[in-house]
Amino acid sequence: MTSGAASLEGTGALVRRQPPVAVRRRRLLIAIADHSLLIATAIIFLLPFVFIVLTSLMTSHQALSPKLWPDPFAWHNYVEVFTKAPLWRYAFNTLIYGGLATLGLLVSSIPVAYALARLRWRGSHVAFLITLVAMMLPPQVTIVPVYVLFAKLHLVGSLWPLIIPNWFGDAFSIFLLRQFFLTIPEEYLDAARVDGCGEFRILTTVVLRLAKPAIAAVALFSFLFCFNDFFGPLLYTGESSQHWTLSLGLSQFRSLYQVQWNLVMAATVIVMAPVIVLFFLAQRAFVEGVTLTGVKG
Amino acid sequence: MSAPAAAPPLLDRTRAKRRAAWRRRGIVAAFMSPWIVGFTVFFGYPLVMTAYLSFTHYDLLSSPHWVGLANYRYLFTTDQTVWPAVRNTLWFIAIAVPLQVFFALGVAVMLSRARRGVGVFRTIFYLPALAPPVAATLGFVYLLNPATGPVNTILEKLGIQGPLWFDSPQWAKPSLTLLALWGIGNTMIIFLAAVLDVPQHLYESAELDGAGYFSRLWFVTLPTISPVILFAVVIGVIEGLQYFTQAYVAASVAGGSASYSAEAANALGYPEDSTLFYPVLLYQQGFRYFNMGYASAMAMLLLAVAFGLTFLIIRNSRRFVHYQAPGR
Repeated sequence: MTSGAASLEGTGALVRRQPPVAVRRRRLLIAIADHSLLIATAIIFLLPFVFIVLTSLMTSHQALSPKLWPDPFAWHNYVEVFTKAPLWRYAFNTLIYGGLATLGLLVSSIPVAYALARLRWRGSHVAFLITLVAMMLPPQVTIVPVYVLFAKLHLVGSLWPLIIPNWFGDAFSIFLLRQFFLTIPEEYLDAARVDGCGEFRILTTVVLRLAKPAIAAVALFSFLFCFNDFFGPLLYTGESSQHWTLSLGLSQFRSLYQVQWNLVMAATVIVMAPVIVLFFLAQRAFVEGVTLTGVKG
Repeated sequence: MSAPAAAPPLLDRTRAKRRAAWRRRGIVAAFMSPWIVGFTVFFGYPLVMTAYLSFTHYDLLSSPHWVGLANYRYLFTTDQTVWPAVRNTLWFIAIAVPLQVFFALGVAVMLSRARRGVGVFRTIFYLPALAPPVAATLGFVYLLNPATGPVNTILEKLGIQGPLWFDSPQWAKPSLTLLALWGIGNTMIIFLAAVLDVPQHLYESAELDGAGYFSRLWFVTLPTISPVILFAVVIGVIEGLQYFTQAYVAASVAGGSASYSAEAANALGYPEDSTLFYPVLLYQQGFRYFNMGYASAMAMLLLAVAFGLTFLIIRNSRRFVHYQAPGR
């Protein structure tokens, strides 16, 4: 045993010594070969972004030519684009939609998820099953009556039909939160119960604190969904352009401003940028959320 | 919380117990109240209403007018646009979805082998999935623009005559497939987590048995993560049934039609109905032509297909949904 350990230490010392140049070069080549497919794929994944950004910096004349590199760089596209379309208005509408929807979704979905995960009651399985079905059925299946409902309430043409349903629980968020609440050890909840906490106190103190990453992921997904949503805004605000969100406004941009691809691409970059910045700010919440949907779900 | 000095009378105890039970029920009801209202108003009621409306003629202005099976008869026998729409949606589910899963799996396996810069690569592969669908679609319509787009420019430099992409009935769906392949980030992350989760000892014992790299991939990795693959396929099929935004935006932008207006409805499916997917047609019928009864009938057909799939998934979920033990 001891001799084995000693010889292992010996090889460790050998490895730590600088290998000869030829070996090092070979190792580097092997590493590149090993990663070459990965690097090539990564470049292909990045190229669309590169071309979109490059085009957004071209003059409108150059964007219609086969040249790929901007010459000169037309930085003023990014100023011009704001004068061509009410992007601030769109951004404001998007924030209202995303903000109010996400807030309502959290307030309504968290207690539901808790009741489904941690309270024992008859019918909880059925309720969970209905939630699953609602999550998987295409929204088109229920969209006609819901649209009629909002039309009768004279809310079509505003952002409210997009926001209101979120205040009554969202199936996907309930599912996600439930999966996370299931992983909270029962002892934590029992300890709080012994201390005389009611279920509501347990939820607002113990559970909320432990589930912070999952709640952050759900909030992030909800906001992103609203930011990306196209079908909803098209359906309910299509004819009132003062309520367009960024996604809807962007989709109309090219038809309104014809073939100025450089401006279209500048607007595209402006719409992509917040999401990508958000990703780098909240990378952990993203990965947590995505794996939560897949592996644990 | 000291023990009571004397046992309370029996009657009091049952009353207290009953009161506690009611209290618990009250708590559950309070917690579930958003769900009860929401799923009644925005799920249960619309499901029933869709079924009812599918037997009526309804244009939102006058009240629904019972027409029996006329909508279904028109849907299955007369309407010339339904079958192209069904075919397009099936095409997408049969070709684009498996390609996406395959590609995501390939990237995940490559990533799991990488020894350097895993974080950077993972971010690069994930980023396109973050691009808002409308923005990504606009980007691709520009990239694949037949005359001046970068892709055809580069192909031309290589001496290849590029196709018409979004302007060609044959290439429009493959172009959308490329867009879908670009956005596999979420699936890839799920696969990567699953691949990295495969117990190391399985690989080791396979290696002792003389398995090479590819047989380890085939006999160890794939079977172990098969639940996750099935999950991804199912999610892909469900999303394929709802495929709308990219098709709508690509058709209206490539078709170069006017903005939100009555004529824009004609651009849907451009070119030559090749991107007219089932949800796009449903939208057109219901919310452009306001044939809401007919759109409801279309929704019922979609419901039947989606429900069949959902049922299959839930029935088999025990086989492919793994709840990890807490604290692992």
